[in-house]
Amino acid sequence: MTANPAFELVVRRHGTAVLRMCTALLGPGPDAQDAWSETFLAALRAYPSLAAGANIEAWLITIARHKAIDILRANHPIPMDEVPETVVLPEVTGQLELLESLASLSELQRKVIGYHYLLGFPYADIPAYLGGNPASLRRAAADGIKALRSQHHEAEEES
Amino acid sequence: MSELAMHEMDVLRQRLAERAAAEGLIDVSYRLVDSPVGQLMLAATERGIVRVAFAAEDFDAVLGTLAQKVGVRVLHRAAPLDAAAAQLDEYFAHSRQGFELSLDHRLSRGYRLEVQLALPSIGYGHTASYKQMAALTGRPAAVRAVGTACATNPLPILVPCHRVLRSDGSLGGYLGGLEAKQVLLDLEHDRLADPFS
Repeated sequence: MTANPAFELVVRRHGTAVLRMCTALLGPGPDAQDAWSETFLAALRAYPSLAAGANIEAWLITIARHKAIDILRANHPIPMDEVPETVVLPEVTGQLELLESLASLSELQRKVIGYHYLLGFPYADIPAYLGGNPASLRRAAADGIKALRSQHHEAEEES
Repeated sequence: MSELAMHEMDVLRQRLAERAAAEGLIDVSYRLVDSPVGQLMLAATERGIVRVAFAAEDFDAVLGTLAQKVGVRVLHRAAPLDAAAAQLDEYFAHSRQGFELSLDHRLSRGYRLEVQLALPSIGYGHTASYKQMAALTGRPAAVRAVGTACATNPLPILVPCHRVLRSDGSLGGYLGGLEAKQVLLDLEHDRLADPFS
């Protein structure tokens, strides 16, 4: 049985990707940095009991989601009964490198995609954070996903 | 990654290490230092310095071993190793002949540990043979085991395994390479030969 790597290597391998995810969700600056710090501090606390050979990237994404939601809630005092549990974006989850392409989208597209696909909010809940209405947000997300897909295909054809 | 993003990541990592230290969440702190025998990695637990590694050993591999044998919560943090870094600088600048540092010997056990604990009895600028060390530790036939104890010394330079040579005066072996061993021996010899330099 091989043990998990030294935590320093976890930070080195995944630190940038987690910051990209936090920045995509919260915008650049102190909020994203706080989410990053809270994510890695929580991960460090739990790391000794993480099963050897666990998928560390997926584990970090889950922690980062919760930390980002904590910060969103603190910034927007909106009553919310439950934290959404499902994450659905097969093209993005588990492939944090793809989040890099999120930076190329408009801020609204980036945030709606983050809120809906990474954090699991239904479209009906997102106007409370971002304004607009569910239909316009859904359209922004669809346009963003389309852009991501075409970028992804281009990258694949090049490689 | 842009320079700005790299700087942001450095700041975040440093802040993480400080908060982790404040909460007592670090098993092993480490830092790198430059030296005449190449870059060295120093690692410490709360008990003291636990490892000195040469670049030839592959620092990431050493971090992996520390994670396995000491604890997975390994983070880059310079502060706990400032005293060691300063004393090594003084040693390489000929202004220090012995180290005053807490050492954590948990990576060694048994006879290897016994030999390593006896190594500081060979004074600065002096040498002993593997055979003499075997006799000194009460096991005159264990010459080969002394060689292994020196070769697996987790705290080279601080625990002076470089002062152990073959009976014919040839270098024997060294974790950091024979060139490094020669540099250390020359450094100590020069200082003693010309104490006013």
